[in-house]
Amino acid sequence: MTNDSRPVTDTDLHAFADGQLVGERHGEVEAHLATNPDDARRVAAYADQVRGLKALFDPVLDEAVPRRLVSATRPAPPRRGGGAWRIAAGFSLLLLGGAAGWGLRAQSAAAPTVAATLPAFAERAAVAHAVFVPEQRRPVEVDAAHEDQLVTWLSKRMNAPMKAPHLQSLGYTLEGGRLLPGGQGPVAQFMYRRVDAEGPGARLTLYVTRETGGQATAFRFGRQGGVNVFYWVEGPFGYAISAEAGQDELARVSEAVYRQAERGP
Amino acid sequence: MNPDDRQLLDWVPRLRRYARALAGNREDADDLVQDTLERAWSRASLWRGVADMRAWLFGIMHNLHVDGVRRPRVPTVALGDGEGEADRVAVPPTQGERLAVVDLQAALDRLPLEQKEVLLLVALEDMAYAEVAVALGIPVGTVMSRLSRGRERLRTLMQEGRPGPVHLKVVK
Repeated sequence: MTNDSRPVTDTDLHAFADGQLVGERHGEVEAHLATNPDDARRVAAYADQVRGLKALFDPVLDEAVPRRLVSATRPAPPRRGGGAWRIAAGFSLLLLGGAAGWGLRAQSAAAPTVAATLPAFAERAAVAHAVFVPEQRRPVEVDAAHEDQLVTWLSKRMNAPMKAPHLQSLGYTLEGGRLLPGGQGPVAQFMYRRVDAEGPGARLTLYVTRETGGQATAFRFGRQGGVNVFYWVEGPFGYAISAEAGQDELARVSEAVYRQAERGP
Repeated sequence: MNPDDRQLLDWVPRLRRYARALAGNREDADDLVQDTLERAWSRASLWRGVADMRAWLFGIMHNLHVDGVRRPRVPTVALGDGEGEADRVAVPPTQGERLAVVDLQAALDRLPLEQKEVLLLVALEDMAYAEVAVALGIPVGTVMSRLSRGRERLRTLMQEGRPGPVHLKVVK
């Protein structure tokens, strides 16, 4: 019977061992092996090799992926003029993240890309968020009805032109803002509220500081005491956005804030 | 941009597995994966045109590894003489399955790179031969001859290893 078939080749034997033969040919090779013990031993040895290699290296699949590699699955950090698609791509990747510290990769190839803990300014932002969002009567110092005054005041005290990003398209309305003490000087806090919700959980704060020192960083995500924080440094400013909202929601807001900041005051 | 940017992360465990088998130790393997990911990002504009993301990514890794083997970034010094006896521990061949697996690692390390690559892509990734050809940029016929030689050599090495003491490589 096998005599009627095409001769069994070396390739057939490999393909058989690898499960890459289908249909009629599989049956033909099987029949061949039944009567050719040498080839059968070869095929068995090849299949053993495959099993052995899988046994050796498959455990790597279950290892936690090192952070530096997680970071490397994202593009370079946001930079002025760097192209909006890079940011967009970064954000879409952020949605995959489960743990804290999922962000765009820092520019320096050698530097660790993810801080295990929040940097000081992001931590202060989270605390300031937690302190002021439950406020019923005075969540802000200057309310949104006086946005012009708020912006003028904060710009003067921050010694830099400030503005309140507009987030209506994302469902957030400005409630107002306040000045807070930072590590060394004043910082600005803008407060927003989801238009379709009430209570502390509906609030989101944007914290802007000049104490982060110039070195642009990637977007990063962290969590402190039930508050999610999305933060980055761009130009002379450090930005931190805090809310109870999830990471993907914060990513959308951060993207909008980043874009508006990029366009300048 | 497009859905592929999400997929890059999904490939990491498999890239690591292959790199570990290629490079032999964790650090070098992860360096190779990181270089691969960075190279992939630097060519992200091409993703739309990539029909087979897996072959493309493993192809990048192949190129980087070949370059790296030619020009090691960090000069390395072989310990011991010849076969690297210094970092191997002789053990009696009585430890069954696990030993056979470690033995296989030692045999794998003695394969020429070009045979090792083909064998690993087929065995670990279950790649079709044509896909291996795409990833490595070689004709399918060459894939088959390398696979054939690699497997036979591995078989011989494994058989040689059976009697007498077997050398267990210390895996870091």
